[in-house]
Amino acid sequence: MATYQEFIQQNEDRDGVRFSWNLWPSSRLEATRLVVPVSCLFTPLKERPDLPPVQYEPVLCSRANCKAVLNPLCQVDFRAKIWACNFCFQRNPFPPSYAGISDVNQPAELMPPFSTIEYIVQRGPPTPLIFLYVVDTCLEEEDLQALRESLQMSLSLLPADALVGLITFGRMVQVHELSCEGIAKSYVFRGTKELSSKQIQEMLGLMKPAASSQQGRPVAPHDAAASSCKFLQPVHRVDMNLTDLLGELQRDPWPVPQGKRPLRSTGIALSIAVGLLEGTFPNTGARVMLFTGGPPTQGPGMVVGDELKTPIRSWHDIQKDNARHLKKATKYYEALANRAAVNGHCMDIYACALDQMGLLEMKCCANLTGGHVVMGDSFNTSLFKQTFQRVFSKDYNGEFRMAFGGTLEVKTSRELKVSGAIGPCVSLNAKGPCVSENEMGIGGTTQWKICGLNPSSTLAMFFEVVNQHNAPIPQGGRGAVQFVTQYQHSNTQKRIRVTTIARNWADAQSQIQHIETSFDQEASAVLMARLGVFRAESEEGPDVLRWLDRQLIRLCQKFGQFNKDDSTSFKLSESLSLYPQFMFHLRRSPFLQVFNNSPDESSYYRHHFVRQDLTQSLIMIQPILYSYSFHGPPEPVLLDSSSILPDRILLMDTFFQLVIYHGETIAQWRKARYQEMAEYENFKQLLQAPLDDAQEILQTRFPMPRYVDTEHGGSQARFLLSKVNPSQTHNNAYGWGQESGAPILTDDVSLQVFMDHLKKLAVSSAA
Amino acid sequence: MSQQGYVATPQYSQAQPGLPGYPASFGSPPGQPLYGHYGGQPQAFSPPPTGMMKSPVSAPTGMAPPPAAAPYGSVQQNGAHPQRYAAPPSAGPASYSQPPQPPYHSMASQAPPPAQLANQMSGMNLGGYGPGPMQTPQPHPNSLVQQPYLTSPPPAMGQPQLPPGPQSPQMSPTQPPPGAIPMGGMGRPFPGPPPGPGGFQQPGAGPVGQPGYPQQGQFGGQMPGPQPGFPGAFPSGPAPMAAPPQKKLDPDSIPSTTQVIEDDQAKRGGQLYTTNVRGQVPPLVTTNFTVQDQGNASPRFMRCTTYTFPSTADLAKQCQVPLATIIKPFATLPKNEAPLFVVNHGETGPIRCNRCKAYMCPYMQFIDGGRRFQCGFCACVNEVPVFYFQHLDHMGRRVDFYEKPELSLGSYEFAATMDYCKNNKPTSPPAYIFMIDVSYANIKSGLVRLVCDELKTLLDRLPKEEGENSVVKVGFVTYNKILHFYNVKSTLAQPQMMVVSDTAEVFLPLLDGFLVNFHESRAVICNLLEQIPDMFADTNESETVFAPVIQAGVEALKAAECSGKLFIFHSSIPTAEAPGKLKNRDDKKLVGTDKEKTLFQPQRGVFEQLSKDCVASGCSVDVFLFPSQYVDVATMGDVPSHTGGSVYKYNNFRVETDAEHFLSDLRKDVEKPIGFDAVMRVRTSTGFRATDFFGAIHMNNTTDVEMAAVDCDKAVTVEFKHDDTLSEENGALMQCALLYTTVGGQRRLRIHNLSLNCSAQLSDLYKSCETDALINFFAKSAYRSMLAQPLKAVREVLVHQTAHMLAGYRKNCASPSAASQLILPDAMKVFPVYMNSLMKTAVLVGSAELSTDERAHQRLSIMSMGVEDLQLLLYPRLIPLHTMDVSSDGVPAPLRCSEERLTESGMFLLENGQVLFMWLGQACPPDLMQNIFNVPSLAHLPADPNSLPELDNPHSHKLRAMISSLLQQRPTSMKLQIVRQKDRSELPFRQYLVEDKGLHGGASYMDFLCYVHREIRQLLT
Repeated sequence: MATYQEFIQQNEDRDGVRFSWNLWPSSRLEATRLVVPVSCLFTPLKERPDLPPVQYEPVLCSRANCKAVLNPLCQVDFRAKIWACNFCFQRNPFPPSYAGISDVNQPAELMPPFSTIEYIVQRGPPTPLIFLYVVDTCLEEEDLQALRESLQMSLSLLPADALVGLITFGRMVQVHELSCEGIAKSYVFRGTKELSSKQIQEMLGLMKPAASSQQGRPVAPHDAAASSCKFLQPVHRVDMNLTDLLGELQRDPWPVPQGKRPLRSTGIALSIAVGLLEGTFPNTGARVMLFTGGPPTQGPGMVVGDELKTPIRSWHDIQKDNARHLKKATKYYEALANRAAVNGHCMDIYACALDQMGLLEMKCCANLTGGHVVMGDSFNTSLFKQTFQRVFSKDYNGEFRMAFGGTLEVKTSRELKVSGAIGPCVSLNAKGPCVSENEMGIGGTTQWKICGLNPSSTLAMFFEVVNQHNAPIPQGGRGAVQFVTQYQHSNTQKRIRVTTIARNWADAQSQIQHIETSFDQEASAVLMARLGVFRAESEEGPDVLRWLDRQLIRLCQKFGQFNKDDSTSFKLSESLSLYPQFMFHLRRSPFLQVFNNSPDESSYYRHHFVRQDLTQSLIMIQPILYSYSFHGPPEPVLLDSSSILPDRILLMDTFFQLVIYHGETIAQWRKARYQEMAEYENFKQLLQAPLDDAQEILQTRFPMPRYVDTEHGGSQARFLLSKVNPSQTHNNAYGWGQESGAPILTDDVSLQVFMDHLKKLAVSSAA
Repeated sequence: MSQQGYVATPQYSQAQPGLPGYPASFGSPPGQPLYGHYGGQPQAFSPPPTGMMKSPVSAPTGMAPPPAAAPYGSVQQNGAHPQRYAAPPSAGPASYSQPPQPPYHSMASQAPPPAQLANQMSGMNLGGYGPGPMQTPQPHPNSLVQQPYLTSPPPAMGQPQLPPGPQSPQMSPTQPPPGAIPMGGMGRPFPGPPPGPGGFQQPGAGPVGQPGYPQQGQFGGQMPGPQPGFPGAFPSGPAPMAAPPQKKLDPDSIPSTTQVIEDDQAKRGGQLYTTNVRGQVPPLVTTNFTVQDQGNASPRFMRCTTYTFPSTADLAKQCQVPLATIIKPFATLPKNEAPLFVVNHGETGPIRCNRCKAYMCPYMQFIDGGRRFQCGFCACVNEVPVFYFQHLDHMGRRVDFYEKPELSLGSYEFAATMDYCKNNKPTSPPAYIFMIDVSYANIKSGLVRLVCDELKTLLDRLPKEEGENSVVKVGFVTYNKILHFYNVKSTLAQPQMMVVSDTAEVFLPLLDGFLVNFHESRAVICNLLEQIPDMFADTNESETVFAPVIQAGVEALKAAECSGKLFIFHSSIPTAEAPGKLKNRDDKKLVGTDKEKTLFQPQRGVFEQLSKDCVASGCSVDVFLFPSQYVDVATMGDVPSHTGGSVYKYNNFRVETDAEHFLSDLRKDVEKPIGFDAVMRVRTSTGFRATDFFGAIHMNNTTDVEMAAVDCDKAVTVEFKHDDTLSEENGALMQCALLYTTVGGQRRLRIHNLSLNCSAQLSDLYKSCETDALINFFAKSAYRSMLAQPLKAVREVLVHQTAHMLAGYRKNCASPSAASQLILPDAMKVFPVYMNSLMKTAVLVGSAELSTDERAHQRLSIMSMGVEDLQLLLYPRLIPLHTMDVSSDGVPAPLRCSEERLTESGMFLLENGQVLFMWLGQACPPDLMQNIFNVPSLAHLPADPNSLPELDNPHSHKLRAMISSLLQQRPTSMKLQIVRQKDRSELPFRQYLVEDKGLHGGASYMDFLCYVHREIRQLLT
C-alpha cells in the first residue's frame, strides 16, 4: 500500500492531480457500481519550481476535433518523424523545427518526467495586468481610514506597468479619471439605474476609438483602448495622483437618516466596473477588487432595503421563501459574473462587516470568475490587512501568485468522457467527442474558463467511463487524460501548461481488490464533498445529507467485509478506513450545515471549499487538532471531545479559524502568571509552542484564518467545541468529572453512534 | 386739470403737400402770452417747436394743393372756440364747472372736457402719409388701393366738406381756409381744462391763434395742427414754403406721446404723490415723482388700467376697458422713498381675516371698542387677538394707527412663521448655480473665459439682506452633452469635478461641497474658474443638452432644500441625445398662416414638467443664449418664462464687441433684488375677483400665482372680472400678498394694498384710465392668445377692442358730435399710438423677414414686463443730440418717433430699453463729430464703429454720461449701435420709428387712427 500512497503523492507533486481511483474500472456498469465516480482534483497551476517553462509552441494533433498536445504517452516514430496521438490515434508528422529529433534527442514534452510541461507562447502584444479597485465609501471613518491605507500600500506592491483604476461608490458611483492634472475628475452614476454595457461605455466616453477605427484606421485595439482610457492608467504614472486621491477619499456625504442603512450601490458599481473593462480590455487579464462594508441597499443587485427594521435575510427567511430580493439580486450578479468571465476578468470581494453583506447573492461574482472572497469584521483588522497583502504575494521568481484569463481544456481517451467540473470556473460550452451526457457539476463542455487562478486553485473534474461491459479493454490498456491550461501569467506572458496522465484499466470483477487498494480516500472524500456542496447550492440541505449518506452506505456495502445483518462483523480495508470519518465530519461541516451560520457565511465557506487543493480541503472537512503538553512533544490528536483535557493546550486548524485552547489547568496556571517566573520557563515554552506553530500556518494561509486564543470556559471555546466529535455529551454523563475529556452540550450524534448506524445499515440486507 | 378730450385736427381730405410754411415762428407769438396763465408750468413746447415741427415729411410729397377751399368754410367755427374758452382761462380752475357737458360736471377740477379728435382723414390723404419718408405723390385713387384700411368709401371717412353737426361746434371736418394761420403753438388758450368736449376741437388748421388749446402742455405742443411739413425738418423734401396751410392731416396734430409725457412731467414731476385717496390716478410712469405711502400701494408696485371700476359687469362690458392691475411686487424704490417695514406678529403669524384670509391692512375696520375688526374684503367680523388689542380714538381709529405699518400703509411686509414655510421647516438661504456650456462654440468665442473671469469678482456682489457678506450659496456646473459638477468645498486644496453623463435621468452627484458660500470657498472657486477655460480649451464637442442642465439645477436645489436661481450660459440648440432634445422647426413658410402660432408654442414634453419641478422647488432659471443660428427660443425660454426667469440673447456673440453688453446684463441679473419660492395671492373685496394672470409665472390652480423667483423687474398683470355689483361707497379693494424667501433665507409676506373707486358713470372710468397700464394688459393678453389663435385674429381683436373702448367713450361720455370726428378720452389719447406700436412689434407683425427666435424672445420678455419698461419699448425715446445743452444736466426732450423728426444735420439717440441707436445725419455738424468721435466728419468715421471714444470735451462727457445713466436705469443693458443716415445699417433703426409705417408691415400712426376711427364709426352705427 505504501506504494500507492507514494504513487499518489508523486503524482500530486508532479501533476497536481489526485484521482479518486488510481485504477479505472473498465466498463460503465462497473464504474457506476463503485459509487465514487472516476474523478480527480486538478490544480492547474501547481507550483513547480523544478519546471522551467519551454519557449516554444506546443505541437498539436492535426485532427480538427482533437488537437491534443504531443506528450510522453504518444508513440513516436523517430525515423519517420511521425507521432501518433494517444487520444485519437491520428498519426501526425512533426513540424519542421523538430527535424533533429531522435531517440537520444527528444524534446522535453516527450520525456516521462514532463508529463506536465509549460510553454511560453506569443499571442498578440503583452498586456499589462489590470487592477480595478471598487471601493465602498459607506464605511465608518475608522474602517475607511484603514482601507485607504491598505489600498495605498497595495499600489506599492503592483508592478509599475500594471494599470490601475478606481471606482468608489455609496449612494452614487464614481469612476475616477486618473490621467488628469489639476482638478480631480470623476464620472458619476446614480446607484439605482441599470445601464447596459454600451450605455456605460458611452457615458464614460469610451466609444470614440470605435468611431475612429470605422474610418478605416486599423488601430491596434489595445493601443487605442490604452490611450483612450483615462480611467485605467499605469501605476508608475499615477502613483502620486492615486495615492492622494485615495488619501482624500471621503465617506459618502449623503446623510443617512436615523433607522436607515446607508444607500450602497454595489450592484451598479460592479456593473460599471465590468462595463468599463469590457469596453477597454476585453479578453485581457484584469482583476476587479470590490471592497465593501455592507449589503447593497439600492438599485439592481440590492440585497436588503435601507430600512434598518427589516433585517437582512437569514436561512430561515430563505427556506420560508421570505427573502424578497434574493432571486433578483442573485440573477443580477450572475449575469454580471458571466459577462466578466466571458472577457476573462475576475472579481474579488473583500467584505468587512459585522453583519451579513449579501455574499450569498454576490458569491457568483467570485465563484464564476475565480476571484477571491475575503470576509472580515472590519477593514481595520489584521485579518483583512494581511490577507489583502497576501493577494499580492510573490513566488520564488518574484512574480505574483496569480494568473488570469485561464481556459482549461480536457481531452480524454475514447473510453472516458468528461462529465463536468466543480471549481471557480464557467463553462465555455465547447462541445466535443469527449463530452459526457451525464453531467456532474458544470458539464456539457470540454473547456472551462477560469478567469483568476493561483497556484492552489483546484478543480474537481468528473469523468464517466463509457466503455461498454461487453467490449473489454485489452489487458494493460491505459486510459489517458490531458489537461491543457492556457493562461496569462502575471508577468503578462501567455502560457500553456499541459498535463497528461494515464491510469490503467482494471476489470472490476476480477480485480476488485486492486481497484479497492487504488482508492484515494482523501481525494474521494473531497470530491464527494464537492459534489455535495454543489448540490447544496440548489437542493435542500437534508436532501444532500441523505444523498451523501446513501453514497456512503453503498460504498460500504460494496467494499466492506461483513456478514449479512451482523453489524459487528463489519470491516473496511485500510484504503477506505478513514472515509466514513471524513463523511461524518463533512456532515457536520458548515459546507452542508447551515445551522448557526448565516447565508453569507455558508457562501463564504463553500466558496473556499470548492477552490482549495486537497490538503486544505481536508482540513476544512476535518480540522486538525494538535495537542501540547508536558507529557511529550506536540502530537496530533483525535478531533474528539476526549482530547480536551485540562493539562493540554490544543491547537485546532479549521482552515478558517486557528484556535488555541488552553485546558483548565493550563489556563489557571497562565492566569497565575507562572510563565513569567523564571523557574517555570518550561511552562512559558509550552505556552509559546502552539503560538509559533499557529504563526507558521498564518504565514502561508490565504485567506488569513480567524485567530482565536481561548481557554477552558472561554466563550470562544465554542469554535473548538463545535468541531470536535461529541463523544461525551450531557447525555452520556459517564464522563462527568472524569479526566477523560470535556462533555459537549449537544444533541448531535457522535462519531461512534454514526459508525454504529452506518454498520447497521451497510450490513442490512434490506438496503 | 386733465382734459379728457382731445380734438385732433380735422382731416384734410387731401393730403396737402407741404404745408411747409409754418416755420417755427408761427406758434410762438400767440403762444407766449397764453402760457402766462400757467405760470410755473414750463411749457415744453415752446422751445421744441422747431424740433417738433420738422417732421411732416409728407408735406414735401408735393401733393397737389387742395382743390377747394370749401372745407375751410367751417373755419369760422373754429374761430369761435377761442372765444368760447376765452373766459374760462382767466377764471382758473373754478371755471370748469361751466362747461355745459353734464358728465363733466362732476369732475370738479379734475375733469377737463374731452377733446375730440375730429378726424376726417379720408383715405386718400392718408396715402400721402403712409409711406412716410417716401414721398411719392400719389393720385388718390392709388393710395386708396394701397391702404388696407381705406376700403371704406371715402365719403364716410372724413369728407372734408362734412358740415359739422349743428350741435358740434367743432368743425372737425374743417379745413382751415387756405392761408389761415395755423395755430402754431396751438393751444394755449385754455388755461384750465377746457370744459365741454365740444370745446376742443381744434381743427388742425385752426385759425390763427387757436386757443383751443387746453391746458397744460398736454395739449399744447401737439396740436399745432396745421403745420404739416416743416421745411426745416427735412431738407430733402421739397419745401414748398408757400403752400397753403394744412391740406392734409398734420402729424403734429394727432396726439403726441412725447407731449403727453412732457406735460405730465411738467404737471406732476418732482411732486409728492400721497396715496391717501382712494381711486387716485397716479402720474405717468415716465414722470419723476416721489411716493408717500399713506394707505395705498405705490404705483411702482401696483398700477391699474383704471382707477375707477364700473359698478356692474354690464357697464364693464359696455366700455370694454379691461380691468386689470400690473403688480411689480419687488419694484425698485428710489432712494428717497422708505423701504418696506417688516412687521412681526409673533409666533401666531400675521393677523388675518378668518374667512377670506386677507392680511391685516388699512382696510380693516376696528369696531366694538377695538375688540373686533371687520374685514374690508369680505366683511367678516373677527376677534382681535389679545396681544393685538388697542383702544380706538374718537374717530374710531386705533390709537396706534401710526405706529403700525399694517394699519397705515399700503405696502409692508410680515415676517412669516414656520407655517408659511415649505414642509414647516425653516428656510435656508437661496443658491445661485452657474451653468456654463463648454461646447466648442462657447470656448471658441471666448465666452467661457469671459464668464469665468467675471464671476471671480461678480460673486462678491451677490445680493444680501444684511451683514457684510451675502449668505447666498453658489455652485458651478459646466456641460456640453454631459454635465460636470464641481466640488468646491472650502477644505479642498483643489476643486473636484464630477461628470454625470447620464443625461436621460440626470441627478446630483454630490451633496456636500456643491453649494458653498463664496467667501468661505473663494480660493477653491477662483482656482476652479481659472481652470475651466483651460480644461476645455481643446474640446471639439459641439453637441449640447439643455433640459438635463435645468434638471440638474433643480435636483441640486432640492437636495440642498433651498430655493435659488440657475444662470445658464448656452450656445446652441440642444441636439444631443437626451430629454429635451430639440430639432430645428423654424419654418418661415408658416409665417402669415394659421400655423404661425406653432412657431411660438414650446415643443411639448419634458419642458412642461421641468417648469413644474422648478416652480415646486423654487428654482428660477435665467438663460443667456449665444446663438449663431436658430435655437428655438420659444422652447428654450419656456422654463424661464414660467419660473420668473429671463432669457437674454446675444446673436453671434463676439467678445470684442459684445462683452460689455453681456457682462452688464449678467451683473445686473446677479445683483438685482429678488425673492424666491414665491406664491402670490390677490384678494379683492366682494363683487369682483382676479380671473386671469399674466407673467413669468406658473399657476397650479386658479388663484395662487407661483413664481420660483420674482425680481425687481418682473411684473404680473392681473385681470379682474365682476362677480356682482360694486358699491360706490365701498369702492374696490385689492390686496396682493406675496409669500417669499428673502436672499437672506427668511420667509416673508409682502403685502400691497390698493383701493379704487367704483362708479356707475362710465365717464368716471374713462377719466381715470391709465394708458400705459392698458397697453401692458393688451400686450400680454395678445401675446398669450397668439399661442392659440392665428396672428391675424389676434391683431383684429386688438383693433377691435381699441375701437370698442373708444366707441364706448364716444357713445357714453362724449357730447354728441359728428360721426366723422374721432373723439378720444383724454386719458387715452395716446392709446392708439401704443396700440399701433404693439401691433408692429416683431412678434405681432408677422413678417418672414424677422427671425423667429427674435420674435419668440421678444414675446417672452414682454410677458413679464412692467408698465414702465413696456411703455418705453412701445414708444422709444428719440433724443436729439445736436441740440443738447452741454451745460445742463438734463437730457434733451425726446421727439416723436417718426422719420419726419430726423434732420440731416442732426444726431439722435434712440432707445427703447432693449436697443440703443445713435443715428448720424448725413450732414451732422463736424464739430459735433469731432467732439464725439474725434473725427473731422462723418466720412472719416470708421466703417463699423461700435463704441464712443472717451474724449475730454463737454459733448463727449455729456453724451457718455447720458448713455451710461440710461443703461443704468434700464433693467437690461443695450448695445450701442451707430447708424448713418441713408446707410444700410439704418434699416434696423427705422423699425423703431413707431409712428411711421412699419418696416416689416404695420400701419403708420396716422393710418391706424383712421382705421380705428372707421371701426368706431361702424360700431356707432
